[in-house]
Order: sequence, then structure tokens, then C-alpha cells
Amino acid sequence: MSNTSSEPISEQLGDGNRRDFLIKVTSVVGGVGVAAACVPFVASMNPSTDVLAKAETEVDITDIPAGGVRTVAWQGKPVFIVHRTPEQIQSVSTTANALDPVPDSQRVQHPEWLVVVGVCTHMGCVPNKEGLGWTCHCHGSQYDDSGRVVRGPAPKNLEVPPYYFVSQNKIIIGKVA
Amino acid sequence: MPGRIVEWIDQRFPLTSFVKHELTGYPTPRNLSYWWNFGFLAGFVLVLQVATGIFLAMHYKADVALSFDSIQHIMRDVNYGWLLRYMHAVGASAFFFVIFVHMARTLYYGSYRAPRELMWWTGQGLLLLLMATAFMGYLLPWGQMSFWGATVITNLFRATPFFGDQIVIWLRGDFTVGDATLTRFFSLHYLMPFIIFGAVLIHLVALHTVKSSNPSGINLADKDNIPFHPYFTTKDLYGLGIFLIIYSIFVFFIPNSLIEPANNIPANPMQTPNHIVPEWYFLPFYAILRSVPNLVGGVLAMGLSVIIFAFMPFLDRSRIPGGARYRPIYKLRFYLFVLDMFILGYVGYVPPTTQTILIGQIATVIYFASYFIIPFISVKEDAWLFKRGLPPEVMALIEKEALDKEERKQKRLRRQGDIT
Repeated sequence: MSNTSSEPISEQLGDGNRRDFLIKVTSVVGGVGVAAACVPFVASMNPSTDVLAKAETEVDITDIPAGGVRTVAWQGKPVFIVHRTPEQIQSVSTTANALDPVPDSQRVQHPEWLVVVGVCTHMGCVPNKEGLGWTCHCHGSQYDDSGRVVRGPAPKNLEVPPYYFVSQNKIIIGKVA
Repeated sequence: MPGRIVEWIDQRFPLTSFVKHELTGYPTPRNLSYWWNFGFLAGFVLVLQVATGIFLAMHYKADVALSFDSIQHIMRDVNYGWLLRYMHAVGASAFFFVIFVHMARTLYYGSYRAPRELMWWTGQGLLLLLMATAFMGYLLPWGQMSFWGATVITNLFRATPFFGDQIVIWLRGDFTVGDATLTRFFSLHYLMPFIIFGAVLIHLVALHTVKSSNPSGINLADKDNIPFHPYFTTKDLYGLGIFLIIYSIFVFFIPNSLIEPANNIPANPMQTPNHIVPEWYFLPFYAILRSVPNLVGGVLAMGLSVIIFAFMPFLDRSRIPGGARYRPIYKLRFYLFVLDMFILGYVGYVPPTTQTILIGQIATVIYFASYFIIPFISVKEDAWLFKRGLPPEVMALIEKEALDKEERKQKRLRRQGDIT
């Protein structure tokens, strides 16, 4: 090997900037590749299609008497369907006690039918029907007959699921018309 | 012949020197008390849990329709299935008991201090892994407590900003805790112990670099170290005997004492039991969660309460070695903390009433305060104890450590000088 050139050694070995650039580009492409390879693994933990297929529930509400409650499973969660009496509707006409005030009219489609997800917004326990409204035994939250929280620690009202009346006595939960 | 085989191996693998340096001849402080048995016991319980777990997995079925019945099958039909299951269930409690004592010893004797910070932090990582493993294992019998415990704890991730609801669904693989949740918990419950094994290895490599602490807190001269075998193999085995007696009493006579009766009812997603309690080893942290009247605040407080131990090397500014031994104020603080843990445990166990919530809130404040005051008490206590006078050996050690520190600083400065 004869080294008679007067060029600096770095130029004989190649352009340093070019090498740095290639290392950076390769690292970025490799990093993106690794991230992309993670996607199927993470996505596999999301609900599968058969779980998503159970996302709607059809309920016949003909035989729920006035004042009665029917608990149905929707997406594996309990949903309370309440056939409210005039007294119950009267008791929720104000938002005076509510911690998360929403008028009752915005939470129902027909005043005599209340549909709420029966999962306490605090820790996810199922509240029990006690007199007017519900009480959650896990941590003592209370809800009125519109499913609005009237005593903490629950931060929010019982969720109103998307639903619509297919006919006068049949509803579909999980979808809006 | 065996000699020749060992010689053949030694030329290819450092068998004899490894056994001599790291096992039989490993230098151990001669003044270790029985409080130093609990690391070994934790390792023993880990092996016990893996062994019983592998055999239970041969009979268990991870399916919401089958898992509850498969536990009954293990209890009634499988030969010695009842024994394997009770050993595993009691073993989980034993694991936490042993780890809590191990941690309490570290806190009392100041074993987390330099140069053992990494031992303490790898141990903190092990505690988190243990908690995750125990939590996921508890879902597998698919009883009411299993189901609602998993529901409440996965619900905590709703506190995540922006993606809270999506993360909860992703963790569960369903809109509620369901079949997808059960199968993934089983998969991870089987995986985690092996990750724990790896983490234990790191913990032990760190231990063999810095060597064991000891009750005096003084780094012992070589003449005060004795070989691990036969001295501490014997001591550990004696401790193991005592441990196994207590463990066997639980396994054979009161195996259900630590299992919530409600968990003998199959999981019912439509009905929450009136009183949800976690396993005893989570009670103090659960009490802290419940004491904060806000979801996000409660989750943050509980998270901090579990990892606050990791800050000890920064919080403790005392120059006096040996943890609580020479430090009366720190000792008082230690016992108050232990008492506070018991109070929190009680509050976590009873149903919430106005009175217990108040006690829980006071105990929570004391829990965190007992850590935040450590920097102040450790400095004040030092000043007071120096004025009052310390044993001459302790003074000599403090002076030596100050010299070592100065020397390291000079070395660092010289190195930096060389570079520039």
C-alpha cells in the first residue's frame, strides 16, 4: 500500500458526514420498523371481533311494570331499564342535589323510561336499587332516579348508553337510530 | 474420577472458582442476625410458587365457563390437588410476609444507603413485579372477589389522561373483565415469575458486588467476614425450618383463613358483593386509595405510596451509619411508620364509614409525612448526636467515609483535568 496522496486521511477513508447521515437514517428506519412490528401485538389485546359483535342488545320492555327495574347485559355490563312512575319522575325534576347537574330531560328519551349503565363511575361496582335511586355498596356513592350522582365519591352520573326505541316496547342498546 | 470430571469442566467453565467465590466461600459478615434470613426465604418461596404453579396449570382451565369449576376439580378430584392449591394460595401470602419483613429490615438498619442503592431499587422493582403477579393470579379462580377486584383495579387506569377509557378496554380486551381478560392474566401470571427470576439474578449480582450489610452498619474488615458455607447455610436452613412450621400450620390447619369467603361464589358481572376487600397484603395501599375523595388523586396517592420507598437513599441524609441502631429519632419514626401501616391495613379492611374514612385520611397523611420529614430529622438528629457524643468506632468510620468521599472527588477532578 503506497500512501503518496496529499489528501487528509479522513477523505481517504470516505466522507464522515455521509457516514453519520447513513447511520442516522438507518437508525430511524430501524426504529420505525420496530414500532410497526409492535402494532399487531398491542392491537391483539384490543377487543376481538366476536366481542365487538356483542356490542348491541335488543330488549323487549313490554312486561316491566311501572316502578320496576330490568337489568340486562350490554357489552357484559349491567344496564338498568327503569319504568319510572310519576312520583319518580317528579323526584328528579330538579337538579338541586346533583353533583354533576344535568336536567333529567337530557338523560331520557321518554320520561317514563330511564336507561343507564349500572356501573358506578367511581370504581366500577354495580349499585343496588334502594328506595328512590341507587346506592353503591363499595364506597357509598348514591344516585337518584335519573342516575345522577347525589353523594360522592363517584365523580360522574351513571352513563346513559346509546339506545333507541325500535317500536313502542322494544329498544336497542348500543346504537342510535 | 469425579475430580477428573471437575478438572475437565474447570478448563472450560469456571465451576470450582464460581462455587468458591460466590457460594461456599462468599464472605459474609459474622454478626448477621435472623433478620438477614428473609432474602433467602423469599427466594425459597419463589421456587415454591413456581413449582406448585406449574403443576396447578396442568389442571387449570383459563375460560370463564370452566375456570371456577376447574378449581373445584383441582380441590376434589386431582390427586393432592387440594395440597398444591393451598400451598400456592398460602405461598402468595407467605411471599408478601417475607418480603415485607425483608423491606422492614432494610429500612430499620439503613441497608438502602450507599453503596447499596441499586440493591434497594432492584428490590423495589421486584416488589412491583410481585404485586402485579399476585394481582393477576387472584383473577384466575374466577370467584366474586377475583372478578370485582380485577374490575376495580383495571378501572384505576381510567385516571390516565386523554386515553383513560381506551386503556381500560385495551387492558381487559373487552368492555368488562371477561374471557379475554382471564386468558391474558393467566398468560402473564405464568410469564412474570420468570421475569422475577431474572430480576432476582440482578439483585444477587449487585449483592455480591457490595456484599451484605450488617446490624452494626459499619463496613466490617475482612477479618470479621466468615465464609457463607457452613455458617450461613446452616443459619438459613434453621430459619427455613421455623418458616416451614408456620407455613404448614396455615396450609394444613387454616388454609381458608386468608381466602375471602365471597371468592367461593362464581363471578357474577351483574352483582357486586356488598363488601369488596383486597388480599391482606394490599390493604394499606387500598386504604390510601380510598382515603382520597377523588379518582385521579387516589390513584396517584396509591402509586406514590408503593414507590416512595425508592426515595429513601435521597431522603436519608444522615452521616451516622447503621440505620436506627445509633439514631433514636429515626428509630421512633420507623416504629411509627410500622404502626401506621397496621392502622391503614385495618382501615382498608373495614367497610367505609365516616369515622374510618377520617382515620384513614389521618393515617395517609402520616404515611407520607413520615417520609417527607426524614431529610429534616436526619440532619437535626446528626447535629444533636454529634454534640452528645457517639461511640469512638462510629466516629472513626464517619471520618473514614468523609476521607474516602474527598479522595473520590479529587480523583474525579484529576480525571477531568486530564481531558481538558
